[in-house]
This record gives sequence, C-alpha cells and structure tokens, in this order.
Amino acid sequence: MSDTYYTRDHEWIRVDGDIGTVGISEYAQEQLGDVVFVELPEPGKAFDQGDEAAVVESVKAASEIYAPITGAVVEANGDLDDDPSKVNADAEGDGWFFRMTVADPAELEDMMDGNAYKAYVAELDD
Amino acid sequence: MTAPEDGHDGPDLKTTPLDALHRELGAKMVPFAGYAMPVQYEGIMAEHLHTRAAAGLFDVSHMGQALLTGADPAAAMETLVPGDIAGLAPGHTRYTLLTNDAGGIRDDLMVTRREGDLFLVVNAACKEADFAHIAGALAGRAELRPLDRALLALQGPAAAAVMARLAPALAQAAFMSFAEVELLGIPCFVTRSGYTGEDGYEISVPPDRAEDLARHLLDQDEVAPVGLGARDSLRLEAGLCLYGSDIDTTTTPIEAGLTWTIGQRRRAEGGFPGAEVILGQIAAGVARRRVGLRPDGRAPARAHTPVTDGAGTVIGEVTSGGFGPSVGGPVAMGYVATAQAKAGTPVAFQVRGKHLPGQVVKLPFTTHRYFKG
Repeated sequence: MSDTYYTRDHEWIRVDGDIGTVGISEYAQEQLGDVVFVELPEPGKAFDQGDEAAVVESVKAASEIYAPITGAVVEANGDLDDDPSKVNADAEGDGWFFRMTVADPAELEDMMDGNAYKAYVAELDD
Repeated sequence: MTAPEDGHDGPDLKTTPLDALHRELGAKMVPFAGYAMPVQYEGIMAEHLHTRAAAGLFDVSHMGQALLTGADPAAAMETLVPGDIAGLAPGHTRYTLLTNDAGGIRDDLMVTRREGDLFLVVNAACKEADFAHIAGALAGRAELRPLDRALLALQGPAAAAVMARLAPALAQAAFMSFAEVELLGIPCFVTRSGYTGEDGYEISVPPDRAEDLARHLLDQDEVAPVGLGARDSLRLEAGLCLYGSDIDTTTTPIEAGLTWTIGQRRRAEGGFPGAEVILGQIAAGVARRRVGLRPDGRAPARAHTPVTDGAGTVIGEVTSGGFGPSVGGPVAMGYVATAQAKAGTPVAFQVRGKHLPGQVVKLPFTTHRYFKG
C-alpha cells in the first residue's frame, strides 16, 4: 500500500515502506512545457526537507526541485538522462526523479494528499 | 519546484490588436516589454519545429514602427546609424544599429527606404527611447511619425506559397525587399525578412484589420500560431542577436560580429555616433567577440553562465542560451576573449558548480534559408 503526498512547490512523493519516490506533478510539467534536461542527485546524497535536490530544464528556463522530506537518495531515474520528455509524458509515473529514504515520517503529515493538492492547484489557476 | 519566471498578464499591460485571438487560440500570455504577449500556444518545441517545417505566424505588434520624413531622411538617419542608408534603393530594407558616442549599441532596427521616406521597425522595449532619441537628434532635419499598426511575421519554408495565394508577386520578392501590397484588400507593408533564419515575411497592417489577416493566414493548412518562446529559440539557432541580451550599450558592433552592417562608404567617411571607437576597432581588432557556443552534453548553458578555458580561467560569458529544438541539444552564444574565439576551441561552462565541457562553434546553428531571388 502506497500513499502520495504533494508539496506547495509541486513535488510529489509516493511512500512505499521506508522508501519514497519523488517527482513533479502533472500541473508542474504543464507549467514548465517541454522538458529537455533533468539534473538528478547522486545516490547517497542526503537532504534536509526543502533542500535543492534536482534541476529540471525546459526549453525556456531552469527550475529547482526541492526535497519534499529529509532523507538520503537511494536511486536516480537514469531513464530521464536519455529521454527527459518522460517528465511531460508521465510526470507522476515513469517521469519520477529519484527515490529516497524517509528519515522522519512525521514530515509527511504536513503535506497535501491528492485531493487537497487538486484543490490547491485549482485555486492557483483562478 | 521554483515556478518559471513568466509572471502573469495583468490589467496594467498593453495589448496588441490580436489579444482576443491569442486567448481564443489558448495562448499562454505573459508580460513582455509592457505588453501581454503569447509565449506559447501548443508548446515551444512543436511551434519551433513547425516553423522550420512549414510556416509559423507570429504577432510582433509590440515592436515600434515609424516613418521618418523630411528633405533627405536617409542622410539624416545616417547621423545616427553606421549602416549605408543613403545607398539603399527604394523598396529595400537594411538591418542597422543605433549607436552611442562610446560605440555601444542603443538598439538594432530595420530601416526600409520608401519613395520619399524611411520606414523604421525597432524593438518593443526600446521604442519610446528610440523614438525620442531619433526625433530629438534629427529635429529640424527630419520628422519622426510613430505608426499605429500591427506587425505580423509569417516565417518558414511554406511562407512563400501561402503569401502567393494573397499576392502572387510576393513569392518572387527577394530577401530584404519591401512592397506596399493589398492583402485581402487591406493595405499592408510587406518586407521579406524575419527573425528565425527561415524564409518569410513581416507584414505591417492597420490595427483594425490585423485580426482579419491573421485569421485568414491561420486558416491556411501550412500555418500555425507561434509564440515568443519559439521566436527566441528560432533566432538563437539562427545566430541572430537579441537586444538587451547579446547586444546593448556596453557592446560594440565589432565585438558583436556585426561589422558586416557597416558599409564601405560609412567606414571611409564615419559620421555616426561612436565612429572613432568603432572604426578604430575595425582597424585594431577587439579584445572579445560574440561566438556560438555548444555544450557537449544535454544540459543547457543559459544567459550569464561563465565560460572558462581548459584551465578554469574565465574567458567570457553566455549571453543567450537554451535548448535548440532543431539542433536537438543545447545551443548558446556569448562573448569570449578573441584569442579563444576560433571555432573548435574547447571551453567549459560553469553551471551550478560544475564545469560542463563544450566548444566554440560557428554561427548560425541552423543554415539560413533566405530567398535570394
């Protein structure tokens, strides 16, 4: 059983046991447009919640991706090196960025679930 | 994620005569030079590739248009620009530069010679300053009349076939020629020029008829609307300067690789702002030059990225950089020390604490496909 949580900065984290998979939301990829490069963190890299963890480059601009929680990177999505457009095609699936340990599960409690995030995004578009 | 710095369009922004059409077409509108402008419709990548494959329609009505009238407006204009304007035959257009006394560039512009006057097209962000400068400097000699007209650009290999349906003669008009033509009965100024490296036209049209013309052009099978995002990636691949990024008051035409815009007679006679500096640089050379830059990997090197040599010494800076959809990888231009400006010179880009390898390359990245007749 896995749960997906969202940040106000449009990252998502899907937690399965003690590992979380991180990416950017469908809304975020739409805002970015065509993704042409993703700079991913090396496995072993440790982050505090809110640290800059990755960079996503669209045709137009570079945007930083923040670690949604505290933890250490266990795997980066190497498929994005060859085909960064996977972020556009499937932002909340195949377009994931990296997997990380969940150091403090309490951090998840302050994040939005899917429905709360949907409402949050709807307000941004108004 | 940090949001892209597009901002939102708001009530303080000016709009072009095509504003309602952009919104109907689903454009993402952003503020640009005080106007609400479409940055993209379908997506920058698709719009860019469509322009190179067929034809793109751009709204560039934010740009400044004016007529310069007087006894000899060409001679008057030559006191402000290093281009050969007096030698320009009626019906022809030239790219030139408004320079300052230090040899820097105040703006780049298109000057068309008509029978009896000059038609000027200047950058949106500079237009008020340009018009005040030109009117002030030429007071008593020539009169500047800003025009309230929309400006459309139709660009791409199918542009000529599309225009031929409206005015057959335009298919044979040469690059940088100008004609006053009725399109759909609308009196237009048409120059065969553009900012994409492709064949194409820029069409100046009365504001109240701009939407009719734009809708008709968009109804043609080959034509899709293209926003400012793809306009930027197209001109970057074509090696064309963006004023405010690649050229400004701190760069000279010689450093910028725009020596070709200074005619032989002007080099011999001078008589334009900054002539001493600019002609001195033609004779003695410059310490830095604008060049094409190509990162080896996939990561773009954006504007203001420091450029280093192999030893890590900074030799210059990227002034425009991003992803080139037609190139299929990152492309950039910038200034480097003249000793390192030769194509093939290895360089590195300082991006987020890393040194990304790359090299100096010849511009343009994509071959110009202008119609020479």
